[in-house]
Amino acid sequence: MTKIIQKTGMALFIAAIAILIGSLFISNYQLADEVLKEVISESQLPHFKQNIEEIKGRTYTSKFIFLNDLDKVIQSTNTSINDYNQIGNQNLDNVSSIDDYNAGEYKVKLTKKATQGILTDHSLLMLWLTFGLGIIGALLYIIPKIAKSPGIKNDHIFHSANTSGKGWIGYIIGGLLILFYVLLYWYPQYITEWILLMDPISYSLNGGEASRWFFYGFLYTLAIVVMGVRMIIKYRHSKYHIIRTISVMFFQTAFAFLIPEILIRLNQPSMDLKNIWPLNYNFFYDYNLESLLSSGNLGLFMLIWGILLIVLAVPLFSYFYGKRWYCSWVCGCGGLAETLGDPYRQLSDKSVKAWKIERWMIHGVLVFAIVMTSAVLYTFFTGSGSFLFMDSYTIRQVYGFLIGAAFAGVVGVGFYPFMGNRVWCRFGCPLAAYIGLVQRFKSRFRITTNGGQCISCGNCSTYCEMGIDVRWYAQRGQNIIRSSCVGCGICSSVCPRGVLKLENGPEAGRFGAPILIGNKSITLEK
Amino acid sequence: MKHIVIVGNGIAGITAARHIRKLSNNKITIISAESDHFYSRTALMYIFMGHMKYEHTKPYEDGFWKKNRLDLLRDYVEAVDVSQKTLKLQRQGKFAYDILIIASGSKSNKLGWPGQDLKGVQGLYNLQDLEAMEQTTKTATRAVIVGGGLIGIEMAEMLLTRKIPVTLLIREENYWENVLPPEEAALVSRQIKSHHVDLRNKTELQEILSDANGAVASVLTKNGEEIPCQLVGLTVGVSPAIDFLKGSTIKTDRGILVNRFFETNIEDIYAIGDCAQFIEPPIGRKAIEQVWYTGRMHGETLAYTICNQKVAYNPGPWFNSAKFMDIEYQIYGEVSAQPQAHEKHIYWEHENGQQSIRIVYHVATRKVIGFNLMGVRYKHAVCNAWLENEAIITEVMQNLRHANFDPEFFKKYEEDVVHQYNLMEPEQPIEVRKKKFWKIF
Repeated sequence: MTKIIQKTGMALFIAAIAILIGSLFISNYQLADEVLKEVISESQLPHFKQNIEEIKGRTYTSKFIFLNDLDKVIQSTNTSINDYNQIGNQNLDNVSSIDDYNAGEYKVKLTKKATQGILTDHSLLMLWLTFGLGIIGALLYIIPKIAKSPGIKNDHIFHSANTSGKGWIGYIIGGLLILFYVLLYWYPQYITEWILLMDPISYSLNGGEASRWFFYGFLYTLAIVVMGVRMIIKYRHSKYHIIRTISVMFFQTAFAFLIPEILIRLNQPSMDLKNIWPLNYNFFYDYNLESLLSSGNLGLFMLIWGILLIVLAVPLFSYFYGKRWYCSWVCGCGGLAETLGDPYRQLSDKSVKAWKIERWMIHGVLVFAIVMTSAVLYTFFTGSGSFLFMDSYTIRQVYGFLIGAAFAGVVGVGFYPFMGNRVWCRFGCPLAAYIGLVQRFKSRFRITTNGGQCISCGNCSTYCEMGIDVRWYAQRGQNIIRSSCVGCGICSSVCPRGVLKLENGPEAGRFGAPILIGNKSITLEK
Repeated sequence: MKHIVIVGNGIAGITAARHIRKLSNNKITIISAESDHFYSRTALMYIFMGHMKYEHTKPYEDGFWKKNRLDLLRDYVEAVDVSQKTLKLQRQGKFAYDILIIASGSKSNKLGWPGQDLKGVQGLYNLQDLEAMEQTTKTATRAVIVGGGLIGIEMAEMLLTRKIPVTLLIREENYWENVLPPEEAALVSRQIKSHHVDLRNKTELQEILSDANGAVASVLTKNGEEIPCQLVGLTVGVSPAIDFLKGSTIKTDRGILVNRFFETNIEDIYAIGDCAQFIEPPIGRKAIEQVWYTGRMHGETLAYTICNQKVAYNPGPWFNSAKFMDIEYQIYGEVSAQPQAHEKHIYWEHENGQQSIRIVYHVATRKVIGFNLMGVRYKHAVCNAWLENEAIITEVMQNLRHANFDPEFFKKYEEDVVHQYNLMEPEQPIEVRKKKFWKIF
């Protein structure tokens, strides 16, 4: 019976994904005049309109052709603007041309508004057939797992084509995730239909139409909540996992998603109040600082709050509880890793070599983030665009592209089925690097081992998402104190002999000498 | 510099090798017929169930051995020539040693049943057994396991993950009743049954019957019942794997006879781990110790002796652990299967019937003797100190919460245990100091 329900659930889920992907190809595109006014800036609008004859009133059945023509319009608009600036207006201000950023935004917005067909005629139905059906299907697949007795159930993980790291399902899921992130970050004009689907929800939350980041935030939250249910069912024998999973679900839903949207509705600067620099790398960007400084008391509060998180909350909480207070209880990236990513936690590389690479990379990114932010702040305060020998705008762009998008998104999530669910947290997150330094050198947190009970089976190391060779410590009776440990507690859960325990305790003797109890023949003089 | 040759790359031999390397500069060779590298035998079941792959069970990276100048040799020792100090290896032929450490481990017991060598009959001890199990389960639709020990229940759990119905034959009324007290034995039996294992108590194997191809067709019990099956797991214990010593002058009984320094009757030959048998076992210990921890302790102790810091094997209080399906088990000290006259047992069991705590103490001296835990984790260090220092029961009761090793947020049951104690000893009730609530910060 449960098998039938699960299979139905999986079928519905796959159907929903298929409809979602299919929805990208079923619309017509027609650019209406009134839309242009809403999207194109006032000064560019007349020039844009001059060049639109080709496309105006025409109904496209292919999005590719539509976008192709739109590109041409933008190019010729820029030519017109150039001509105008050089010849037509000697006394007036120059009109700025459509730069790459603007062009991208215009394309997304115009395409979205030009879309016609089932998506616009039956928007709610389509929302149900995609997201609604997906949620129902996923839950039908997940919830029957409650029929199994509580306890660690890792059967067939390394036999599965999804979770073994080498199976075809894993490759497909990884490929789709990577493709998704590439489209989201660099070619959002090809997924405007998905953004369009979000409009009803967006209007009800923030009063405006959906942006691609609203769409992404919604999807992200949904992933954490639905897969959070799975996580709770899977580890329901452990209150530790139940509580921390509810915690990440809450922080994602409330802090990362709902509160920022409600702030937008209230015409306030929107901010994820739990996102801390340098993970939140644009916190010190000029536009963010200006927006906060010009938004009265609330803006000022947010600015001070953000700074207090960096200088006070991180050292203080990390001292008392270790890195876990953030990385596996609060953080959004951590939240996704612990829910959506949990099926892939065993794929992290445990070799000493990987550990070496990890330390260079993650601290490298931290240094990069600090240099980049210093440059941005230097420019903010002095107005000079060059910091030391570098151009602060270029650094910022490179950081956003390489770290913010390529690493955190494409690699960070897209590589779940290949390198485990914490690739970003382990190799790239500058905040994790910062908290990790606190955890390593000044914290009460440690994982203790239980005397001589370790049998070196390797479950702890295998299921460590951060690639820590936990067994290496456990089998010699040494406390595990590693900057990378996010305190997820799975090592302790999968241990068949009750060897590992996450603890906060006095700093004295925290590192301890390795000791195995049980053999009185040898008196250790270490 | 001497050439130390270790036969067997299990936990005993490897631990000896590692510590000898730490303490000396001797040349060390480790010979194994089973595997190229040391792996954790205890994790065999997890490989089969798909929790891990074989490489995950290797406690050290492959480069570790070369880095630490531990030479690994994949070969089978056929005989030992004591007078020439050489081994006869299946592939390499003669192989000289200066010091020989035999850590050849165990083999699964077969108690002389008719049909015990048929295809599809096996124990579960090494990688070859695992491979055999993989082969048989490709087609098997039903399995019978004989013997109510730790391996039997592991095998049952493994087979269930392949959706193969399992019948488990045990001689006793309840599972592992010769080791576990009745309540725990019943608790584990319930656990086994709740996982849909067909547990047949008071049932013994009579004969294994064959099909036309020399493979298992069914088993016949002493009650006269015939159970069709294609796989038979024989899990009635293990015994020292020392067949290759036949004809040598190394004295053996069931195992290789050693003194407390692991010295055999022949100079420069030692035996450790499952294959060693103490002529005079340490007090409270068996002559043949067959658990992971003892193998490790043997290896560590012998390394000191070999490196000129001669030391006798002197284990601390007994401890062990296991996992029965979903229930973890830990023991510290001595917990007798049948409460003895000089003992008192405090026993608490959760109403879910899946967790229990038993604490045994001496009636007259009131010293604590042992702890038995089901579904609850206790701290080895704390229990061990109580046992070594012969703490009295009231002290233990008062400080019981310090022994708890369960993860954060887990419900603690120490108060219930103390309550149980107070019911037993109403004259001197114990008041438990509650943990101050601000301590959570």
